[in-house]
Amino acid sequence: MAPFAGYDMPISYPTGAVEEHNICRRGVGLFDIDHMGQLIVSGPDADAFVSHTVSGAVLDMKDGDARYSLLLDDKGLVLDDLFVYRLPGRWWIVVNASNLETDVEWFTLRAREWKGTVKVEDVSEATYMIAVQGPRALELLDLMGTPKASSCPRFTSGEIVIQGTKNLFGRTGYTGEDGGELFFPAQDALGLWEGFIKAGETHGIEVKAIGLAARDSLRFEAGMPLHGHEISPSINALEAGFKWACDFSKPDFVGKKALEAIAAAGVSRKLVGIEITGGVPREGYDVVSPSGEKIGTCVAGMFCPTTKKYAANAFVEPQFARPGTEVAVMAHGKPKSGVVVKRPLYLPAYRR
Amino acid sequence: MKIDSAARYQASHEFARKDGTVFVIGISDHAQEALGDIVFVELPEVGKTFAKGQSFGVVESVKAASDLYMPISGTVTAVNDALGGDPALVNRDCYGLGWIAKVEATKAGEFEGLLDAAAYEKEAGKD
Repeated sequence: MAPFAGYDMPISYPTGAVEEHNICRRGVGLFDIDHMGQLIVSGPDADAFVSHTVSGAVLDMKDGDARYSLLLDDKGLVLDDLFVYRLPGRWWIVVNASNLETDVEWFTLRAREWKGTVKVEDVSEATYMIAVQGPRALELLDLMGTPKASSCPRFTSGEIVIQGTKNLFGRTGYTGEDGGELFFPAQDALGLWEGFIKAGETHGIEVKAIGLAARDSLRFEAGMPLHGHEISPSINALEAGFKWACDFSKPDFVGKKALEAIAAAGVSRKLVGIEITGGVPREGYDVVSPSGEKIGTCVAGMFCPTTKKYAANAFVEPQFARPGTEVAVMAHGKPKSGVVVKRPLYLPAYRR
Repeated sequence: MKIDSAARYQASHEFARKDGTVFVIGISDHAQEALGDIVFVELPEVGKTFAKGQSFGVVESVKAASDLYMPISGTVTAVNDALGGDPALVNRDCYGLGWIAKVEATKAGEFEGLLDAAAYEKEAGKD
């Protein structure tokens, strides 16, 4: 167990981190992610407010759509990443646990400038969140819920009743597998959790609880960022490779001007994937050129159970960012030879 | 925790076990369990000599990297190359197929100075 954002979270269950990872890639992984925060934004000017406050396009979203976005500051630095859901008459925004307070404050402060036409509510306490992910996740959800989760296209949401509990179901996730994320009243959490495990046993579907370590390796392989690593308030959206999550055609959004200036000047470092041999790259390790000069730093690194490679995400000087570039990572004082590789290391289900 | 009663241990959780003229070196069951899934083992070079207590390799688990400390002074005569393809052998069979190195002791008397099974069990229980 480990403390995480005020919660006691299991690094791994007795299954073990590598096996948990593999189960999520072949069966169903259950993720107890109640630590994630949820906000509701409503009011007459909610649409314009959300569009101005987050980085991505949102006004073209239809009711039920769910889309990834960033919360930037005026310098274009990444305060958090979010999933924005458009629901009838309101916006449902899912934020990271460790940033909940900051995010709520940020949204609330900005909402004040809209003179009472925007309301921001933090509903995290009352809301439980479980992710059900894996190639058989929809099969499991379809067996348990009405209407069928599989009738919900990727990156959309809908209401699904499971064991009498009304869930907001988003066909989203953080593993690179198909499946979804469920939001429901906190008091029903244990019943639903046990219901998934039991339904798996009844129907011969492998269903296991997945801890933080496997959650990290799953998202890492699939190229998804983790706050405090690939994104943070000291990393701007462009160097982290998130131009695609910023809609520069919007008249304005927080951070837009700064990012345009950064784009014009060129970024001073870029996020890359590096595969090495002869060791495990980890956060904080230096990246060096073949001649031994420091060119960057790893922000995450691990053994990847699916690709069976030792890989890092690192910020490096732009001239070393091209896939195929030979670099080395310093591990325990020794250079381990590596090569810059294309991210993601594992193609997420929604891109297959 | 499983204990190999033929082996002797040091408090940093490496074991040495007599095997003919050499000593087999590895990490204890308690250590592999505490580390969790082992994903890489950096092996020493054959022919290299280490003093007792000197770092001779690294065990990398999902959680962390841990140095390996030589329980007995000597020269490495063999390393377990099977760990290159399957480092989890250390998790599955730390006293058998998951051995790490074989050492020709330069001070074989040091073996008697290591913790025996009962003393190590007590020591490991403190963690």
